[in-house]
Amino acid sequence: MLPDKHGHFGIFGGKYMPETLMGALTELEKVYRLALRDKAFLKELDHYLKNYAGRPTPLYFADRLSRVLGRGRVYLKREDLLHTGAHKINNTLGQALIALRMNKKRIVAETGAGQHGVATATVCALLGLDCFVYMGSKDIERQALNVYRMKLLGATVVPVTCGSQTLKDAMSEAIRDWVTNVKTTNYILGSVGGPHPYPAMVRDFQSCIGKEAKRQALSFENKLPDYLMACVGGGSNAIGLFYPFFADKKVKFIGVEAAGEGLDTGHHSATLVRGRTGVLHGSKSKLLQDESGQVKIAHSIAPGLDYPGVGPEHAYYQAIGRAEYFAVSDKEALDGFNLLSKVEGIIPALESAHAIAYLKKLAPRLKKNSVVIVCLSGRGDKDINSVKDLL
Amino acid sequence: MNRIDSKFKELRAAGKKAFMPFLTAGYPSLPMTGKLILEFEKRGADVIELGIPFSDPIADGPVIQQSSYEAIKNGTTLKKVFGLVRRLREETQIPLAAMTYFNLILNYGPTRFIKDALAAGFDGVIIPDLPPEEEGEFSKEARKKGLKVILFMAPTTSRERAGFIARRAEGFIYFVSLTGVTGARRELPRELGFQLRAAKKAAGDIAVCAGFGVSTPQQVKAISAFCDGVIVGSAIVKKISESIDASDPVKAVGDFMARLKG
Repeated sequence: MLPDKHGHFGIFGGKYMPETLMGALTELEKVYRLALRDKAFLKELDHYLKNYAGRPTPLYFADRLSRVLGRGRVYLKREDLLHTGAHKINNTLGQALIALRMNKKRIVAETGAGQHGVATATVCALLGLDCFVYMGSKDIERQALNVYRMKLLGATVVPVTCGSQTLKDAMSEAIRDWVTNVKTTNYILGSVGGPHPYPAMVRDFQSCIGKEAKRQALSFENKLPDYLMACVGGGSNAIGLFYPFFADKKVKFIGVEAAGEGLDTGHHSATLVRGRTGVLHGSKSKLLQDESGQVKIAHSIAPGLDYPGVGPEHAYYQAIGRAEYFAVSDKEALDGFNLLSKVEGIIPALESAHAIAYLKKLAPRLKKNSVVIVCLSGRGDKDINSVKDLL
Repeated sequence: MNRIDSKFKELRAAGKKAFMPFLTAGYPSLPMTGKLILEFEKRGADVIELGIPFSDPIADGPVIQQSSYEAIKNGTTLKKVFGLVRRLREETQIPLAAMTYFNLILNYGPTRFIKDALAAGFDGVIIPDLPPEEEGEFSKEARKKGLKVILFMAPTTSRERAGFIARRAEGFIYFVSLTGVTGARRELPRELGFQLRAAKKAAGDIAVCAGFGVSTPQQVKAISAFCDGVIVGSAIVKKISESIDASDPVKAVGDFMARLKG
């Protein structure tokens, strides 16, 4: 079983957290484990996923895209069609219901692109919880629309001005808030990073992506897919798609990171491709760091990928050879963004556009009938402003 | 005997409490850190905590975050801090504990870290993001070689867990005096005295010292009554930043420390 009872995925994972939070992490783990076995909890979660968020999402056969690529049969798992516009809500619904079970009415969260912040603010409005979202001031600037959405939803957006003023620092500040208010507050973490039990819990809440995709692929193609592809920042949409196929050894997993301005420029977020083993924000995983162990500032055109760490389960999949990870540049991601918009009428989030961009590179290696599922983790409305000057 | 252990033995025999100031190594510069350590010893510090700056100090408030940021910008690295401590050991035998986050140790190589920290003259290491559950090999090796790994207890630590921590503790136990990050607070929690008594009971023979939020001589005195020592960090680092342009910054910060100790 992964992770083991201490939250380790091989050498990765764990609970590298201040003592003040150790009790809260143990409690959170206990409540979440019980919840996953509680029919009433699962029924309630299922109700919200179906009737509020819009699950199941379609597995759409991208016929024109497949023809443009020339090889393979490409399916898009349409998480972009969910309420709030991305896969993030699968997880925030689950974690907010967990917070209610712990009787914690104050919620903190971190956000980069704003998608997780919006998804958290949304479920807090739905369930009557107080919501504080930490967001780097740089991200506040480039994602003004999402900031406004969070405010409309009744959340307080707290600007983070320390360090790189992006996701990494927002996460540090959210943890500091949690350390301070742990008795009343639950931390809703948006990705598969952080201390145990977050990587396992977020994965479990995102696994609906892969479970549905498996059922849908079997019904459309009468076989399992050959490839699964997803973008990887922290890695939650990717793990959500991959994990239910873990034992299906013939299904290849490909994670696509952000090469930013280029892997050799130092301005990228390709943690698995270029990072070294390290500890940040509660878990051991791959990490972008300089030679003395200081965490580097990540870069990507896609703010949701702009993080120097990555979920420990991905580092483990990479180490055991279960998944492969590659990186595509800002420019390639923009091409992917453009391509999907033009040939399928779907404007993807810049994050998801990285997976589309890698698909172009993979295509020549595909067989004619290879079935590829790409997780379209979010829609691109939020990126229109930053993209319009670049395309 | 390890310098931390002999210091607590000596203090206990004299019926005294430990005063432990914290400094961010390399803030405002490494030579200044060296001068401050010698000044602090002269002014009655019992143990000094030397923070080795990390880019993402999740347990620290704004003052230590800022000093860490400046120190890293100045080029402070683990290696250079070891160099400073090695030079200082020619002049002082004050117990020194390194305080840093685990990534710097992992990046340096845990075995190499233990060896070089001891060779430089460190007596212990305090790692706020390393609970006793993780990196058992590192702690085992440090214990074997004689580098004290200082463990934490917090107001949120259950009685059962306090026992678990106490069984693994050495040097002293760092009791986090409030649920939060480092940084001065006007008032400390009313339950602190009660919590410290419980921590002392769990700790048995090991000294318990309290830190986080402590910033005035009154607080130092009040807390000392319930435990074996007090740690002051942010208030001192703030004083350093305010004294950078003073005619004699070392004396200004030394005076401040002496007043805190009382």
